[in-house]
Amino acid sequence: MLVYVFRRLVNVVFMLLVVAAVTFGIFFMVPKLTGSDPALLYVGKIADKAAVEGIRHKMGLDKSIIEQFWLFLKGIFVGRDFNAGVDVTHCSAPCLGYSFKTEREVWPLLLDRVGVDFSLAVGASILWVVLGTGTGVVSALRRGTLLDRITMTGALAGVSLPMYFTGLVALAVFANNLGWFPNNYTDFADDPLLWFEGLVLPWITLAFLFAATYARLSRATLLDVLGEDYIRTARAKGLAEPVVIGKHAMRSTLTPILTIFGMDLGGLLGGAVLTEKTFNLRGLGYEAVTSIASSDLPVIMGVTLFAAFFIIMANLLVDMLYAVVDPRVRLG
Amino acid sequence: MTTPTETTGPAAGAEPEANSAAAVAKKIEGRSPGRIAWDRLKRDKVALAGGAVVILLILAAIFAPVLTALFGHPVDQPHPDQINPDLGLPKGSFGGINSDFLLGVDPTFGRDVFSRILYGARISLLVAFLAATVSVLIGVVMGIMAGYFGGWVDSVISRVMDVLLAFPQLLFSIALVSVMPNSLLGLNDTGVRVLVLVVVIGFFGWPYIGRIVRGQALSLREREFVDAARSLGAGKAHILFRELLPNLVAPILVYATLIIPTNILNEAALSFLGAGVRPPTPSWGQMLSDAVAIYQSDPTYMVVPGLAIFITVLAFNLFGDGLRDALDPKGN
Repeated sequence: MLVYVFRRLVNVVFMLLVVAAVTFGIFFMVPKLTGSDPALLYVGKIADKAAVEGIRHKMGLDKSIIEQFWLFLKGIFVGRDFNAGVDVTHCSAPCLGYSFKTEREVWPLLLDRVGVDFSLAVGASILWVVLGTGTGVVSALRRGTLLDRITMTGALAGVSLPMYFTGLVALAVFANNLGWFPNNYTDFADDPLLWFEGLVLPWITLAFLFAATYARLSRATLLDVLGEDYIRTARAKGLAEPVVIGKHAMRSTLTPILTIFGMDLGGLLGGAVLTEKTFNLRGLGYEAVTSIASSDLPVIMGVTLFAAFFIIMANLLVDMLYAVVDPRVRLG
Repeated sequence: MTTPTETTGPAAGAEPEANSAAAVAKKIEGRSPGRIAWDRLKRDKVALAGGAVVILLILAAIFAPVLTALFGHPVDQPHPDQINPDLGLPKGSFGGINSDFLLGVDPTFGRDVFSRILYGARISLLVAFLAATVSVLIGVVMGIMAGYFGGWVDSVISRVMDVLLAFPQLLFSIALVSVMPNSLLGLNDTGVRVLVLVVVIGFFGWPYIGRIVRGQALSLREREFVDAARSLGAGKAHILFRELLPNLVAPILVYATLIIPTNILNEAALSFLGAGVRPPTPSWGQMLSDAVAIYQSDPTYMVVPGLAIFITVLAFNLFGDGLRDALDPKGN
């Protein structure tokens, strides 16, 4: 088990390297394709030639792509000095460089933004896992009843609605018309109550979407599992129904749920672009979209790596949980 | 197939000779699995209704030029007389809906929303179908190989899937679209955008199918019938595609039918974020994106494309669900 975890952690580092290399490669090519000059982006359009060359040298933009990538990686682990003779700027580890636009360090910027996504993901995921899996299981056990039909129709509608449409309707009705909730985000540290109120609509909107998927998936899986021989065996040897369901059937049912939960949660932590745009939240997704629009390479790199990190870690956790949940799966 | 199917009479495998003796065979006809599925599907009225709507939508998309000529106005034609010049919003209530403009007009320009929805359907469906084909083909082959062979094959494929899933695909797609040239491989601007959407959505979609197929294959390969086939000397290709694949048809179909509506939502999401086809070519997501700014004063313009997406996705989901139930060998 320990060997397995260690091997996977090595893998995590390797995958982050691949993601970084691919992103770096692609966005290194972007200025070449669009004919823009990153150094010019730092200093602004009206700067004189010497200033542009100075910044190019200072930021290391005059080096080859391999060298730039190496310096970027080194910066993450040991920090980096941006040196232009007299003018030295130190960027301590983990250094992801400076934004072209705002000249802020990228790492603190990301830490600043991730709180929004963290708040969003934690609240919504609790809601959707409990609601989604719960209704799915109840539906499967009461298959064919009115309750089953109603919840499944609701779930089907849920997966068919674009999240930003539901979000806009929710905003229009509950925030603007009824005025029950504010339509802006407050930091938890500033006012926990306002933080909560501001997130209720995003949480419900997101959770509705995901819960619908989870309800459908858990119902279908549980029904499949209930048709398996080992369930018949468990019943035949006289186990009580709650034990058959809870101990035997739920284990296999949880496997696919875990799979998508890992992907969904990891994805949300790394920036919920659509939710952020709909509810006007300033998280990683917002930062990413803005930085793409302005070709702000260091920020794009930072967000991509940050997001990839969350997704990869979530998947690692899921794979380890597989072994706990499903006895047929062997790790190693 | 090794799973029990409810064939009555002679086995479905006896079909090669059935042609010559068709007249005799008719009376004691064994129903093929496909036939059983079709019989079941015919009884599922909800699924049939979904299927009918899907067919209608596809026809509407194909015959969009005819329909707009009959019931609408040219798709890009502005109608300034329908717009209140002070507000830039449609005259009259409900987004300017009247007998001439069936779904109203869009703000600022006064273009016919009915026509734009129809033309938007073309982009939406085209991208969704092509991307689904890409994802399913790659996902099934990769997933089944990874799950069955295990070892280094699994490691390589799983790592590739992990890296792909770890990519923040929405961000990546926006970035990729933003650097695409206006013409490529002889395609015009809309063509290039559609191609990029298909490649991006299809390529980022396959690991979702791949992972599910892998997970199922992983637990199936430990099952007795696979051991039995192996001990009878069955080759790898036979085990993969004759033993495992039939048992995977249900999950593959569920995800294949679910991936079309998912792709429709993805395309709409990318358009919503400004990475879809470029205006004036209409798309549903782009219309919703325009509606964000004015949904309080002109809610109709938000509701119409939102409902278009909802109805389309719902119809596909209903049909897909019915298809799944009909193809489920355990159902009755």
